[in-house]
Amino acid sequence: MTASRKFLLFGGLTLAALGMFYGLYYALFVEHQSLDQMGGSLAKSFSAAAVRDVSASQSALHQYGETKYDYVRQVDTHSHWVGLAMLMILLGVLFDRVNFREPVRQAIAICILAGSVLFPLSVTLQTYDHGAIAFKALAVVSSGLLIAGLAATALGFARSEFA
Amino acid sequence: MSPRRLYIFGGIALITAGMLFGDIFAVFVLHQNAGRQGTALIEANAAVAAGNASAANQAFAGLGDLLEDRGTQVDAHVHMLGAGYLALILALVQPYVALSRPAKKNAAWLFLIGGTLLPLGIFLIHYVGLAYSPFAVIGWASVLADASGALLILVLLMNLFGFWKYRGTRELSEPELPRENSMPTRALLTGGTILVLLGFLHGAYYAGAMLYQHEQMETDILGRMIGAASSGRLAAANAEVNNFGNLAGARAVNIAAHSHIIEFGLLAILLSLVQPYVFLSDTWKRTWAKALLGGSVILPVFVLLELRLGLLAGGIADIGGLLVIVSLVGMLIGIVRYSGRLDAEEVAR
Repeated sequence: MTASRKFLLFGGLTLAALGMFYGLYYALFVEHQSLDQMGGSLAKSFSAAAVRDVSASQSALHQYGETKYDYVRQVDTHSHWVGLAMLMILLGVLFDRVNFREPVRQAIAICILAGSVLFPLSVTLQTYDHGAIAFKALAVVSSGLLIAGLAATALGFARSEFA
Repeated sequence: MSPRRLYIFGGIALITAGMLFGDIFAVFVLHQNAGRQGTALIEANAAVAAGNASAANQAFAGLGDLLEDRGTQVDAHVHMLGAGYLALILALVQPYVALSRPAKKNAAWLFLIGGTLLPLGIFLIHYVGLAYSPFAVIGWASVLADASGALLILVLLMNLFGFWKYRGTRELSEPELPRENSMPTRALLTGGTILVLLGFLHGAYYAGAMLYQHEQMETDILGRMIGAASSGRLAAANAEVNNFGNLAGARAVNIAAHSHIIEFGLLAILLSLVQPYVFLSDTWKRTWAKALLGGSVILPVFVLLELRLGLLAGGIADIGGLLVIVSLVGMLIGIVRYSGRLDAEEVAR
């Protein structure tokens, strides 16, 4: 088995297990509490408005926005890690059909592996510092790596058909 | 049945069931649930305008109930499909998993049991609630879902261990899937890769151009809604409920289009690899490949167009989903009809 296939298969299986562990941890210790907090703050915002307490209402609405910001990204991290892991394992099985020299295939595999690990990580890191430019930049760079890697893979598949 | 065929058969069955569930959810639950959410928000506005905090809380209890119902049904759909995809992927890597045949077969059964019980547990979370549960926020259905998820993790770790052992011996534990250079195989492989790439590009566009804007718009709309309701301007507050619904719709269709086009791409690539197991004539194999790719384009494109064309686009998207389901069932029948020749060769070895 070529090194590029090993990168993708081993990396994909590890990432799938990691993504599922994260999902299990999240479901057990975070999700229910987040949902309760989200629903609770929105309800509090309306009930405070009903008793004309504008400041409490705005503060609860702000809390709702912050909690939802985290919730969306935590769920995205889980789904993207597992989804990208599946794509890596799948490409690992198929990678010999990518019609490039092995060093090029290795470079593509490393791009996909790095993007698959770093993109969801950058998404979850955003929950620790909302609006941090560094984490947003990491998300852009890592998703760019993924798109470039997949585009190169598609090109490699297409070359194998016409070679 | 060999572990590989168990994974293939179970995987396609899980994906078919997950898609059927998704189609039923889209037709009978999704829009109705969104309408009831709007009604609950209008009730909350009325309560705020009347200065009745307990009625506002009551409206949100109802809204939370609706959101949980919708969320768990979406999660059941997503996890059933995810388990199906993973089963197909595990079928592909079986030659590189250096474990005994009984161990691999047990792992395959455990995976299929976990993959079936996980979405079932998630689906039941809303209906079972906290009945007879010793925990404060986790009910028995959640326990079932979490235990099933743990089972899937265990099977993945077993496969990872088998792959680690393979790296030492470098001996295939069973023959690799035969390569087939037929039209359906090539179309599914190339079409699938293009679909995944399109999904990535759409996701990047959505994250860059719309995600943060939509998040800001949501709190802005809610702020305006609460402000209008508390100053007694109920018509203005209820107009914001419409804006809120439109925003939720815009987010939902973008996320659904992104996830569906990628999943269909993955599915097409996976199915290109299991074509040797589809025991049908070339004509039928071509027909199912074309139907699957056609449905895979129609569904996400018309989901996106729902914002402009409304329910008409929704209906066409559902037909796209149905095309994918029918082609999956067609391929599943081909796998059931499979002669078992490859298994016999494995046993002979």
